[in-house]
Amino acid sequence: MTTSPLAELSTHVADLIARIEQALTLADLLVDEPFIVGKRSILSTLQKSLGALAPEERKDAGARLQDARRGIEEAFAVRRALLEEEARAEQLEADRLDLGDVVISQVLAPLSVGHPGIVAATQRQLEDVFVAMGFNVSDGPEVESDWYNFEALNIPPAHPARGMWDTFYVDLGEPETVVLRTHTSPTQIHLMEQAVAQDALPIHSVMPGRCYRRDTPDARHLATFHQIEGLVVDRGISFADLAGVIETFTHAYFGADISSRLRPAFFPFTEPSAEFEITCTICRGDGCRTCSQTGWIELGGCGMLDPAVFEAVGIDGDEWSGFAFGFGIDRCAQMRHQIADMRALIDNDVRFLRQFS
Amino acid sequence: MKIPLSWLRDYVDLDESIEELTSILDDLGLVVEGVEMVGEGLEDVIVARVDEIRAIDGADRVRLVIVDAGEGPLEIVCGAMNFAVGNHVPLAPVGAVLPGGFEIALRKMRGVTSNGMLCSARELRLSEDHEGLYILDDVIEPVVGRPLLEALGMTRDVVFDISIEGNRPDAWSIRGVARDLATRLGREVHSAVLATPDEGATSATYASAGIEDPDLCGRLTVSVLRDVVVRPSPAHLARRLTMAGMRPISNVVDASNLVMLELGQPTHPYDAAHVAQRTLRARRARNGETLTTLDDVERALAQPGRGLGDTGEDCVIVDGEDRVLGLAGIMGGAASEISASTTDVLLEAAYFDPMSIARSSKRHALRSEASNRFERGVDPELALVAVGRFVALLRESNPEVRWMAEPLDVAGNVPVPPTVRLRESDLQRALGVDLTSEDVHRTLEGLMFRVSGEGPWTVTAPSARLDVRSGAAGRADIIEEIARLYGYSRLPRRTPTWPEPGALSDRQRIRRRLRDTVVDLGVHESWTPTLGSDADFDLLSPGSARVRVTNPLASEESVLRSSMLVGLVRAWGKNAERGLGDVVLGEIGNVFTHPEVATMPRHTRGGAAGAVSLALPEENERLTVVLGRDNDDARTGVAMWAALATRLGINDVVVRSSDGAAFGLHPTRTAQLVERGTNRLVGYVGEVDPRLFGALTTMAPRRLGVLDVDLDVLFELTLDAELDQFVSVPGRYPVAIVDLAFVVSQAVHAIDLAEVLMAAADVVEDVTLFDVYRGASLPAGTRSLAYNVRFSSSEKTLSESDIGAAREALIEAARALDAELRS
Repeated sequence: MTTSPLAELSTHVADLIARIEQALTLADLLVDEPFIVGKRSILSTLQKSLGALAPEERKDAGARLQDARRGIEEAFAVRRALLEEEARAEQLEADRLDLGDVVISQVLAPLSVGHPGIVAATQRQLEDVFVAMGFNVSDGPEVESDWYNFEALNIPPAHPARGMWDTFYVDLGEPETVVLRTHTSPTQIHLMEQAVAQDALPIHSVMPGRCYRRDTPDARHLATFHQIEGLVVDRGISFADLAGVIETFTHAYFGADISSRLRPAFFPFTEPSAEFEITCTICRGDGCRTCSQTGWIELGGCGMLDPAVFEAVGIDGDEWSGFAFGFGIDRCAQMRHQIADMRALIDNDVRFLRQFS
Repeated sequence: MKIPLSWLRDYVDLDESIEELTSILDDLGLVVEGVEMVGEGLEDVIVARVDEIRAIDGADRVRLVIVDAGEGPLEIVCGAMNFAVGNHVPLAPVGAVLPGGFEIALRKMRGVTSNGMLCSARELRLSEDHEGLYILDDVIEPVVGRPLLEALGMTRDVVFDISIEGNRPDAWSIRGVARDLATRLGREVHSAVLATPDEGATSATYASAGIEDPDLCGRLTVSVLRDVVVRPSPAHLARRLTMAGMRPISNVVDASNLVMLELGQPTHPYDAAHVAQRTLRARRARNGETLTTLDDVERALAQPGRGLGDTGEDCVIVDGEDRVLGLAGIMGGAASEISASTTDVLLEAAYFDPMSIARSSKRHALRSEASNRFERGVDPELALVAVGRFVALLRESNPEVRWMAEPLDVAGNVPVPPTVRLRESDLQRALGVDLTSEDVHRTLEGLMFRVSGEGPWTVTAPSARLDVRSGAAGRADIIEEIARLYGYSRLPRRTPTWPEPGALSDRQRIRRRLRDTVVDLGVHESWTPTLGSDADFDLLSPGSARVRVTNPLASEESVLRSSMLVGLVRAWGKNAERGLGDVVLGEIGNVFTHPEVATMPRHTRGGAAGAVSLALPEENERLTVVLGRDNDDARTGVAMWAALATRLGINDVVVRSSDGAAFGLHPTRTAQLVERGTNRLVGYVGEVDPRLFGALTTMAPRRLGVLDVDLDVLFELTLDAELDQFVSVPGRYPVAIVDLAFVVSQAVHAIDLAEVLMAAADVVEDVTLFDVYRGASLPAGTRSLAYNVRFSSSEKTLSESDIGAAREALIEAARALDAELRS
């Protein structure tokens, strides 16, 4: 009868454990790795010798060997993590740098030229046009409650109009009560509530900002995007003023040969509502593929503030009236710079960023 | 909605060109998203009979078909296999041009000449069917040689694809669109051909109907149709349905769909034989009830849903044994479906509460043509008109059908159409124009509003316009209708002015200064994702409370970012892989902190009607910069901060090294930026933690500098600096410069020693660190800090002894920090 190849398994295991424990640095441990858990380990040699055993014995021996191997691998991993942590600590200590001691005049920072983001720069141009027209600029938060994003805007819970916005819900409070804002319109509500609280009407403001819609990105849409929204609440404001503001803006931003037109549309927060279109900036109105031969392209939505919105924020609609309008900043950038695929805006490819100054 | 022009013309005379109609529809807010020319290219296609089918040697995919199209046998090579000798099929002869511009030519295949092409329905753009040839025997009584269009009873047609806005329930029908056009064009709306109930036994002798919950079901009509024969619809009706985008099924189902498309009233036919006690009742579903809908999904009813105010209410239709037959207004169940053997039909035409339908449809994720209409509000007075139309249409294929007298008609709660008073001044105020009373009457009456008076007017909305509200909101709704029909393009424009000037806020203005400055300092402004993965943010701070999105597009996009560092390092890595890593990337944006761990959670109105206060995440605007140019590291980060602070006029923020100062930053090469007076944290400067670098990039390890600034604080500091407008005039007397090096403990901040030196004598103008030395020659735990000190006086030229005294004073003062002059 031959002795089992595993007769001395426990001794081998003890040896290997000792070998692991003896490694004092990560480098030492890694040098030994093949001999402990790799192909050149005694366990691998034993594995090969199992072939000579009878099938019944082989199964049993195989299981014992597998157990032993698992134990060794675990010990190796524990030791390795420890030594890695030590090596990191040592490296970090060697790296130590008191940044209070940095002598600015000695820092040889390379001379380099940066580039503003195309969206931020577009936003600035738009803001400048509106500021020149007498508007303020207001910011608002990106996470909003249902009240600001929907209900105060005359979009009650479960209203079918909610289908107009694919909404990301935030896991706070009751289900589906906190959202990533789907438009910049909630900022209107904040502004009007504040103005009422501080008795500070009228309002003439534009609200740029980041919005979110649960929509798979493609060449023309991103799930994260930027809008700019305008709000005027004043005495004696009519649809004629809205149409005039849109037209003035269109000329100022897109050029004297580009004009605007309004056509009826539906938004819960405005009544009457309109979609506004501008002369196609590609063909200048002659008709081309971009504008489907119509000479017009859709830019955004607008309308007179709905009495339900005034009621929600506590503004007296007999004294005040107003309008709102909104459109995509990224879309303006896309049109102005003829960006073939919107997704380039979020790729942060330096080759793209560098083209913009 | 797809609107065939021929169908529209049933209701209004139109002789305008397609272009004119498109433009009028657009101007009415019925936006034309597409125009399809139907039948174009079919002029040359004729009906042919298959006389013989032969195999072709060596070909198993095509066969030789001999057809007769009226002029003797014609050999055609054909790949379809779904037909037999005797079938009639469409033939496009040589020279025909099919829809899409495909011209049929004489072709030789496998040595056989093909004299034309036999077509599938899809090739003719008649339907989506491409399973084989369009077998005409199933559709019509075919006549060999007859033009196909004639044989099918088709004329060339145009289909407008119109997008119907959510506030136009009335326009979601052929007749509704026709009414808008007729009003705009000043024409008549033709009335529909309607059947009336037959004489004889009343419906109540055969069936019964009831409403248990009148708030959910405002009207339930049940008509009994007897002697129904279920068979295919006549070809012209089937064509209409196909053109409108629906599939013909059987005359009964088709009539229901046709009426819905034409008038906007969904109806539901039940096989009376499968409705217990021939009774239909509408009620609230009870908890525990289930229904297997026609789409074969078993649905639990009356389960509270997500979202504000959704109590789980479902309106269902039940039979005489109280079994649920269908989800009212949304989808029926399979049990009582119309089948080939149906002879008696209970036809439901109802009005359901729009919000209840909307909630149920959303909760069950079940949308149908019917629910889309009910949730926007179907005209409560339309039900039996629609049944009259249904019967008229059904009679075309089923003349023997009987509509039993006195259809059952049960009333629940129906909204009362509002009456609104409208003054001339309301129109002037809203639209900025004076409209004539004639304009008001013409536009509103065309849309079925009742108008009395010549200004002011009393206006009552038609029952079809459930979107029109009461009071001031209703006035706005009515004004929109007047403006819409009058034409937005005819309304005046005026550019308003107001005395208040436009301006940026301080914060916005300073944000611009900051953005310009960092761009000037080499930053490429980036836009990294707001939404990231748990794994991303575990790299920064394992297990911290995170703000999550409950319905992300992908799990890697489910967490709102707590830092922009991950996105920027990853973006740098991608650029570096392309050989473009010699760059500085930066972003100005918001990061989010869960309200439970935020120092300043935002409290805002929330809940239904905004009645409760909700804690929302803290949104902190930051600037984060990753410096990846060839020699960049923590030091260039410090230099960038110094340049930025100088540019913004901020001079009281110090760089304080601090181990493990911030997540994701190198533990021993990071400093806090601290406002000295208040100890307020302005941000961090340092390097990317090598571990983070390894996890986010595939590049060989290297140092990346980082600057991360809290803009809420930075903006305040900048504003303070702007407000401090005092500028001092430098002295006219010569300046003396002295270098002083001190040996000082590592624990003492260089800036603190500099401050001590600054304060040590009146004549000290400035103190600048110019060298740091560490070495074995110095006592352990110390380093040498060398400063450049400038002395000056506004009163005189400093003498040697003045300078000497001042120097001694500085050396003495430094002892307070145990700093010894280095000899």
